[in-house]
Amino acid sequence: MAIDKLTGENSLAFIKSEQLFDYARSNSLWYLAFGSACCAIEGLMHASGPRFDFDRMGVFFRASPRQADVMIVAGTVNLKLAETVRTLYDQMPEPKWVVAFGACANTGGPFREYPNVLLGVDKILPVDVYVPGCPPRPESIHFAFRELQKKIRGRAEERLEARRDSR
Amino acid sequence: MTEPHFTVTESGLMTPEGMYIPGEPPKGIRRIPKGVDRLGTEHLIVNMGPQHPSTHGVLHLIVELDGEEVVTVEVSIGFLHRGIEKLAESRRFDHLGTLMDRGDYVSVIHGEQAVALAVEKLMEIEVPAKAAWIRTLTAELTRLASHLVWFGTFGLDTGAMGQFLYAMRDREVLLDILEEISGQRMMFNYVRPGGVVADLPTGIESRILSFCDTFEVYLEEHDALLGGNEIFQARVKGIGVVSKETALAFGLTGANLRASGLGFDVRRDRPYDAYPELEFDIPIGTIGDSWDRYTVRMEEMRQSLRMIRQLVGGMPGGPFTAKVPKVLRPPAGEVYASVESSRGETGIHLFTDGGTTPYRMHYRAASLFTCQLFEEILPGHLFADACMLLGSFDIMLGEVDR
Repeated sequence: MAIDKLTGENSLAFIKSEQLFDYARSNSLWYLAFGSACCAIEGLMHASGPRFDFDRMGVFFRASPRQADVMIVAGTVNLKLAETVRTLYDQMPEPKWVVAFGACANTGGPFREYPNVLLGVDKILPVDVYVPGCPPRPESIHFAFRELQKKIRGRAEERLEARRDSR
Repeated sequence: MTEPHFTVTESGLMTPEGMYIPGEPPKGIRRIPKGVDRLGTEHLIVNMGPQHPSTHGVLHLIVELDGEEVVTVEVSIGFLHRGIEKLAESRRFDHLGTLMDRGDYVSVIHGEQAVALAVEKLMEIEVPAKAAWIRTLTAELTRLASHLVWFGTFGLDTGAMGQFLYAMRDREVLLDILEEISGQRMMFNYVRPGGVVADLPTGIESRILSFCDTFEVYLEEHDALLGGNEIFQARVKGIGVVSKETALAFGLTGANLRASGLGFDVRRDRPYDAYPELEFDIPIGTIGDSWDRYTVRMEEMRQSLRMIRQLVGGMPGGPFTAKVPKVLRPPAGEVYASVESSRGETGIHLFTDGGTTPYRMHYRAASLFTCQLFEEILPGHLFADACMLLGSFDIMLGEVDR
């Protein structure tokens, strides 16, 4: 019991070390280069281009889901693609986050009347940050990553507070 | 600079000179004979895509490999099917441009232009001269922006990472200009039946001209950096030869057709908007390999710059839109209008029944025809060349799947 309190899942040492790891994680968010539609031009290509340079935030694209931390779902997901998107998400190692970029990934966007289109990617994936717009500007994915960093850094503190409350 | 590989001619469709006869490949063609089992080992099936950086979107290729060589290819599309044609049946005629924007999302103005031309043909609306010139100006700016995306990603496919960054740098300036004109960075929704949404902003002419001056220098730099690179030339020359017969049989249009030596261009052969009043050349290639497709597109960018200068210099005065009713109600009928988009002929076939929405809209997308070509052209190439080949055709999955 005493050892558990020191090294167990919700122990102080565990949470403190998690906090350190999360700080490191939040500064090297590698995203999966998977753009399905229009938003990929703005959210992936221009965002990693010279003006909205993402590399300075430690955000860099990876072609393989095995090396990625964040999945940016940029574009419409239809029923044929949904299976692929879910498979890609399952292939990513933990911990992993999802950014729903653009109106189509949030709700189905201008195509939501069409029965083949998924009404938002949160029907198949747990989404962390939603970015509205059709398409959003590259600045908004910058903002989304700042929000995601806050969320990741605050994760350990939340657990610490939960631990204090439970005592 | 590189050797002059293409000739600019004023020839029309089907010129007999320089025709490539199958069976006698021109010099420098590197291609493995089709259907020859060279290794005698078990063939490997590789699923390329829908998540693959070289497929430029959500294209799925099922590739059968014999060692490193491609034996058969099966193209699977439909990962981005979102019913643009069906949704158009419930949209008003001035709202169709919004859907067309999201069809071919890199050359946006051309889709809007095709819809506007079709509705104008049906309703017999006379477009004011200034509206036609503004449309043509934005269309050529969009063509530059679209070709820059192709240029950057083609560089990535052949292993030149720097090209992408340079192309994006120039595209940002272009998008700034287009944003000032239309109000959006990407989905402009600027061209409407009867004209355009708003007049050109004050002082945009000098901005466009100064962009032209700098980009002219940058374009030569790009061409020297990528096209003058010996490694790049070795990778693209003689790869993916599309003969004139194949190009015609598969219905290719645009730069892919012109690279095969057929000088068909909607801008010249079925002129619309301000193109009859402009001076420009149609670059055509010789044998239709990847290098020809590269040089034709680079030359097209130079011609676009030439056109933009003419358009800014000779911009007429007058209203920017014709007097059109708030709710468009074209008479019952059928019409086909096409424009030369960055990828080829983009056509709109409209059927109307006298109501406020179309009865049926068909969207002719040039990339769909190019996609069908892959099953014919990829077998016989090395797998590494196949990735590069996909880039050289400049396909856009948004307009393939619609």
